Amino acid sequence: MTADILVECAHITCAYDSTVAVHDAHVTIHRGDFVGIVGPSGSGKTTLLKAILGAVKPVEGHVTKKPGLRMGYVPQVESVDWNFPVTVLEVMAMTRTTGRFFPRVSVGERTEALEVLERLGLGGLENRHIRELSGGQQQRVFVARALFHKPELLVLDEPTSGVDVRTRHEVLHLLADLHDDGVSIVLTTHDLNGLAAHLPRLVCMNTSVVADGAPIDILNSDVLEKTYGAPMEVLIHGGMPIVVDNGGDTIARRLGELGEVDQ
Amino acid sequence: MISGILDPYHYQFFTNGIFVATIAGALCGLLGVFVVLRGMSYIGHGLSHAVFGGAAASAVMGLNYFVGAGIWGVSSGVIIGRIARRRLIGADAAIGVVTTASFAMGLALLNRYGQAKKSIEAVLFGSVLGVQTADIVAVLLVAIVTALIVFGLYRHLLFATFDPEVAQVSGVRVAWMEALLMGMLSLTILVTMRVIGTLLISALLVIPASVARMLTNSFSRMLWISPLIGAVSAFVGMNLSYHLDTSASATIILVGTLQFIVVYAVSGLRGRSRIAHLHHV
Repeated sequence: MTADILVECAHITCAYDSTVAVHDAHVTIHRGDFVGIVGPSGSGKTTLLKAILGAVKPVEGHVTKKPGLRMGYVPQVESVDWNFPVTVLEVMAMTRTTGRFFPRVSVGERTEALEVLERLGLGGLENRHIRELSGGQQQRVFVARALFHKPELLVLDEPTSGVDVRTRHEVLHLLADLHDDGVSIVLTTHDLNGLAAHLPRLVCMNTSVVADGAPIDILNSDVLEKTYGAPMEVLIHGGMPIVVDNGGDTIARRLGELGEVDQ
Repeated sequence: MISGILDPYHYQFFTNGIFVATIAGALCGLLGVFVVLRGMSYIGHGLSHAVFGGAAASAVMGLNYFVGAGIWGVSSGVIIGRIARRRLIGADAAIGVVTTASFAMGLALLNRYGQAKKSIEAVLFGSVLGVQTADIVAVLLVAIVTALIVFGLYRHLLFATFDPEVAQVSGVRVAWMEALLMGMLSLTILVTMRVIGTLLISALLVIPASVARMLTNSFSRMLWISPLIGAVSAFVGMNLSYHLDTSASATIILVGTLQFIVVYAVSGLRGRSRIAHLHHV
């Protein structure tokens, strides 16, 4: 393993009981990477992410990490219990478990947490309950929690799932800023045009790795059909690939056949 | 009037009873925070039934109550935690299956070898006025150990309760934390069941924590508000039960319920006035 490799998944196969979620996937995350993993539901994206994190052990192949690698994990906001009685500061502080034995947040921790919150535009919200925040702020609190760990690799599961366009922009800009600051990032997403196409590198998954490379190089009809099992076209606009789902066209045509849409 | 209020304190059995009930109230209130936030409110009821199975088995085998029922209760707690973790069935169903099976086994053993009716009444209502020194020591010990663990491993337990998946990835031994919680819960039920009974344990595990949840949005504050409400309910309930000549368990539960109703009504009014204020802005 060379020095700039953070995580190497070497031909891993992961399974839940008898169901294979990931088959023979070979993915390497380098220092400075900003990688998106895309694929349909059930394609093994999240399982691959969990294998990178070490939460899922492969049944075949192996995952090698840079010794002492610090990772920060941001789960899907939909998995968070927003009624749980925790303030923003409590969410941050709970991650520092080593050598901390009582509820009190130390002055040093508080200062450090406030700095991270300020950096993410959440200054002054530390004593708010997590439910009282906007969608974008809620997402950023969990990014802040991961950053509080001072990670070299930030791992995010569907960071733009269930959020509005404005929040998606905020998240994308935030991640780009963090990447500029030297944090390596790997994330999963369903959002091909809004997020994936903006990333420097994509891994297309459909249980196995279908393609791995820059969006402009790999996003084409052939790869997308193999990944999603549905016909899709790719247009190039301003040097960026835009994926067009043919399903909508089919519906329009069928409605046209029924005489409901003017052709 | 004051002498009337202090009347029951002339009796040693009452002093012992109110002491144990108040400590048990605080203890159940503390653990109840985890029970309520993990959506396992049924567990107090269920585990005390499971402990009943262990108590019956140890009586039949001539084992010490604390040893037999303790091993049985802790094992049931750990099994429930394991089943619930697999998420194949929910925690409520896991509790239902394990504890009713255990209760049924205890009942069958008592039917066959002992007096079922008397034991069931003792399990349901306990005997807070028949407290022995061993019970006081046991409840006090478990309360101290539980408080030390909950405050000592505060962040581990909070992280594992709020976000088990991320906690696991961040190096928290989530399975250990769950086993620890279940173990503490089983021990609590074990030492308090003979004293305050199943019904009161279930109530004290749920009511104080629910009231505390309505009063605060902070986990750390819940951890002291809930035991306080549990202790106050037990203390006031015990005194009232003496003067009103009502069942101690029932009165304690009713005092807790009254606090629940008041806080629920006030928080509802507060919420409404906040909305009204927003409309005016």
